[in-house]
Amino acid sequence: MASENPTASEYIKHHLQNLTFGQHPDGSWGIAETSQQAADMGFWAIHLDTMGFSIGLGILFLWLFRMGAKRATADTPSGILNFVEMMVEFVDSSVKESFHGKNKVIAPLALTIFVWIFLMNLMDLIPVDFVPRIAHDIFGLEYFKIVPTTDINATLGMSLSVFFLIIFYSISVKGFGGFIKELTLQPFNTPIMIPFNFVLEMVGLLAKPVSLALRLFGNLYAGELIFILIAILPWFAQWALSVPWAIFHILVITLQAFIFMMLTIVYLSMAHEDH
Amino acid sequence: MNLNATLIGQAISFAIFVWFCMKFVWPPVITALEERKKKIADGLEAANRASRDLELAQENAMKTLRESKEQAADIIEQANKRANQIIDEAKEQALADGQRLRDAAKSEIEQDVVRAKEALRAQVSSLAVIGAEKILGASVDEKAHSELVNKLAEEL
Repeated sequence: MASENPTASEYIKHHLQNLTFGQHPDGSWGIAETSQQAADMGFWAIHLDTMGFSIGLGILFLWLFRMGAKRATADTPSGILNFVEMMVEFVDSSVKESFHGKNKVIAPLALTIFVWIFLMNLMDLIPVDFVPRIAHDIFGLEYFKIVPTTDINATLGMSLSVFFLIIFYSISVKGFGGFIKELTLQPFNTPIMIPFNFVLEMVGLLAKPVSLALRLFGNLYAGELIFILIAILPWFAQWALSVPWAIFHILVITLQAFIFMMLTIVYLSMAHEDH
Repeated sequence: MNLNATLIGQAISFAIFVWFCMKFVWPPVITALEERKKKIADGLEAANRASRDLELAQENAMKTLRESKEQAADIIEQANKRANQIIDEAKEQALADGQRLRDAAKSEIEQDVVRAKEALRAQVSSLAVIGAEKILGASVDEKAHSELVNKLAEEL
């Protein structure tokens, strides 16, 4: 903790600060002790907590599903395979509903997005002080934010990857010329309107990754913030608000993971369509 | 919420996870699912076929049963007919036999009667001769008069 008895605003600010590793302005490398220091590190700094938890959860996801995949059999499924099959079928049917082309990447991509984001969102349900307290008291880490999706870097990292896939498939399916045509000859198919079309389509194209990232980030950040606000209440009153919010939040985290997945599928399916 | 290199790290790990998922998680599961789907479809089809076969077999069995019942009825009818015929034949035979026996007895009786008549006649002729001898008091030459006597005997 920043101080032994933090004010409410200090407490909130403290909980919204990532554990940042990077180069200090004076040239030395290290972990930022204050949010000012973290901000001073500029772009080439890394959030250790976000990276650690997201990679850890990604590995958990892959390990779990790989275990199921290893047991995959056409006979009666059992244990973990049931769960894995359920998820795979759910994602597969979602993909088949909105994506009609042939692409081997989309379905595994959608599965990864859904489960990974869901697991990262799930960290939101761990009491806000629990892990940071352990990190502080045992490992001596000043800041620790355990929900990777409340870090704009994580959501933007994913949505930019999706954005590159959109551009990649747009070009590989329609050709570079086709992609340019799509950007310039829509919605008004006259040479005079090309600049106008281009600006319009460019905004539409760039809005995709930004909205994707900000939607997920905004929802989870707001949810996290409310948990933090509830945590400021006296300890005996917290449950009255945190329990209903957590129950409601189960819906939010699942829904946000699902929306991210569905929109990714829809965007990529749009990238495959030839006009 | 500073934008920094975490962004790139996230994108890289995301790419690796997707690659791993695409390579090692998705194919075995989806293959197993497809296989199971096919297996279930085959199973259902086999069950349908089996129930159709069963129906057919039941129909066949019913048909066979009906036919054999009919055959049995036919056989019984024929047997009854034959039995009646045999009885009738036996009756006729018996009647014929009786008739024959009666006829034989009748003819025997008639023969006996004829024989008795003959014998009587013979006796009558000899008696007549004896009687005539006695009446005439003289012996009648049997040879001389036998023709006469015989004529007499025949007339009796």
